[in-house]
Amino acid sequence: MEAATAGNPSATDRSSDRSLRIHHLRKEYRAGEPVLRDVSLTVEGRGLTAIIGPSGTGKSTLVRCINRLVEPTSGEILFRGQDLVRLSSRELRAARRRIGMIFQEYNLVERLSVIENVLCGRLGYVPVWRAWLRRFPTADVARAFELLDAVGLGDLATQRADQLSGGQRQRVGIARALMQEPDLLLADEPTSSLDPKTSVEIMELIARRASASGIPALVNIHNVELARRYADRIIGMSKGSIVFDGPPQTLEDSHLLAIYGGEGWLE
Amino acid sequence: MSDTSLPARPQRIAFPPNWPVRIGFTALVLYVLYASTVLDITWARFLTGLEQGSRFLSRMFPPNIAADKLALLYTGMSESLQIAIIATAVGVLLSLPLGLAAARNLAPAPLAWASRGLIVAFRTFHPVIVAILFVKAVGFGALAGMLALVVASLGFLSKLVAEAVEEMSMRQVEAVRATGASFLAVVIMAVLPQVMARFIGFSAYQLDSNLRNSALVGLVGGGGIGATLFTAFQRFDYDFVLTIVLAIIGVVMVGEIVSGFMRRLFQ
Amino acid sequence: MTAISGPRQWHRFSLTERIMRSAFYLMALLAIVWSIRSIEIIPEFLYDAPQQTADLFARMWPIDWAWYPKVVHAALLETLHTATLGTVLAVLVASLVALLVARNITSSVVLNAIGRFILVATRSVHAMVWALFFVAVFGPGALAGTLAIAVHSIGFTGKFLSEAIEEAKSGPIEALTAAGAPPLAILLKGYWPQVKPAFLSIATFRWDINVRESAVLGLVGGGGLGMALDTAMSNLYWDQAGLVLFVIFAIVIAVEIVTAWIRGRII
Repeated sequence: MEAATAGNPSATDRSSDRSLRIHHLRKEYRAGEPVLRDVSLTVEGRGLTAIIGPSGTGKSTLVRCINRLVEPTSGEILFRGQDLVRLSSRELRAARRRIGMIFQEYNLVERLSVIENVLCGRLGYVPVWRAWLRRFPTADVARAFELLDAVGLGDLATQRADQLSGGQRQRVGIARALMQEPDLLLADEPTSSLDPKTSVEIMELIARRASASGIPALVNIHNVELARRYADRIIGMSKGSIVFDGPPQTLEDSHLLAIYGGEGWLE
Repeated sequence: MSDTSLPARPQRIAFPPNWPVRIGFTALVLYVLYASTVLDITWARFLTGLEQGSRFLSRMFPPNIAADKLALLYTGMSESLQIAIIATAVGVLLSLPLGLAAARNLAPAPLAWASRGLIVAFRTFHPVIVAILFVKAVGFGALAGMLALVVASLGFLSKLVAEAVEEMSMRQVEAVRATGASFLAVVIMAVLPQVMARFIGFSAYQLDSNLRNSALVGLVGGGGIGATLFTAFQRFDYDFVLTIVLAIIGVVMVGEIVSGFMRRLFQ
Repeated sequence: MTAISGPRQWHRFSLTERIMRSAFYLMALLAIVWSIRSIEIIPEFLYDAPQQTADLFARMWPIDWAWYPKVVHAALLETLHTATLGTVLAVLVASLVALLVARNITSSVVLNAIGRFILVATRSVHAMVWALFFVAVFGPGALAGTLAIAVHSIGFTGKFLSEAIEEAKSGPIEALTAAGAPPLAILLKGYWPQVKPAFLSIATFRWDINVRESAVLGLVGGGGLGMALDTAMSNLYWDQAGLVLFVIFAIVIAVEIVTAWIRGRII
């Protein structure tokens, strides 16, 4: 897939272009009240990009528009040579399996075991009968175990998901996303339901694994300190538009005021 | 002795009379008296009946276990069992897709409403009425009885499946969708785990219900032990009636053990 | 030479579980195959069935509305009274039996068993079979129907009530016993408040079902709409039969709405 063929330069360009390009993305849940106003953004093929901003400002909507869990009203999202907004449902499924997503409330299937949840990451690749009989290919099962080891849950493979703590569940969520061997990692407030120590561990894990796999990560987060610590690039949103875009070192208090508004919370 | 006395305190009632409940209760008692009159249920009739009844019971004991009667019993009960088993199997198999199609959070609105309408139509009429209609349509015998019980099973099971699906957590479904899984895979890995436990319970109950009802549909021509029972009544073979009734109770009790076992095995 | 361990395996079910599940599936399959082979169904009739059913419904249209005030209205009222009286009676008796069966109220195993047998026996024998019996004893009419409904309902109502009683928390009971309350007081003030919501829910649910059941009892002589239906069908007046079916449909929907309202307001 990644092989560069000399006689096909555009294919090479496309396949080695791992960036995500969003053009003029707009989303209105109710007509006339846009939650995302004409957002344009390019996420390069490496590194962790954090999106910060107050609640309701469209951060979550932006992230969910990318894999079309939320349908954009208008705009383009170019990824790996395709405009994600224009894909048919079958093409969308194929695109989604290349995009791993981590959720705020983990969104594990509670009644399934940890390893079944991780193997869900392969559902886009295996025929349905394998899911029904739970006979996934041996290589997939082995990889699932490896991923569980990598996120520190190697002993809990057969535990039911609802018996895990919040931090453990999020690790399973990360393993599930990585199981897809994605080209892009999305995270919608991955630490908002976790305590401060676990939040740091999870962000550490996301940053490390994304870097190890060589894929970009786009993380929606409301904790500015975590964003500063782990992001290579910070995007600040306010009222549906991007008002800050730059490396964490350049994020000043004045920018934060512009993003979040209000006084007296910055000390 | 001082002149001052405490100001009179207003009477505080600890248990004020609950008027709605009292009125409701009185209304109920009055209604019972009224309805008894309308239905011509008088004490006199009841007493005469009791006398009749005791004469009856003496004619029923001991149950008739003559060889030819037992042969009739065996044929009849076998047919009832066959009807119940096939109807439950078909009902269980078809109720999952029908229930899923009727779930408003999973199926498109027109399909959901149409399916719900179908389920309501199936549930409204008593299996006996449905059996009569099928007897008129396809003739006497096991076919009519089986079709009637399939309709009853579908009505019951599909409704419960639809309700279970509508109560499930959509977040788990969303996460599995985001991995690029097809609709069927999403159902298998995110929907079924959430509803399967309850579905097994319902199916076990439906097996019991069909065993009970299969004895019934024969009363109106649908095959099985019901026809034998009706004939016995008409011929005043009350001791055989008792045999049949005891056999029915026995089969139902065994059925309950089997379904209890099924529940424990699959939940 | 030491064995080289292969890739880690995962199985959804332990070996014993798999054996038992396979055994169950095998037995279920055998039962189904036996049923299909033994049942006397002529395949041509099965294929013909949809056509014939449609034919039957066609004969019911247009509905003979004129018959309603003459016969059907009175029959409808009779059915309603039968259902309501029967439910009230059943609830009264079932409460007593439930007290017998509930292990936290009656500790004697013998009494428990007797109570259980009463419950199983009454619900295994369908209301229509009871109706046959009571018609033979009391003569055709609403008395037989009401008693049939009452006796059959004892089984279900008693079972659910006893479960509700067994689920009552022991805390308040202990407190009352420690305070020296007499048994009746403990029942009234300790158990009843905890059981009340379940009690009302079960009673309304049973009433709902009993309306449906009462409608068919007339087919064996129990009075009400069933008798009207029987008359119409014996005379092959399909348009009148259609009317009765329509009335049954309407009253079932009405009762469902009423029960839903009661549930919303009182439970």
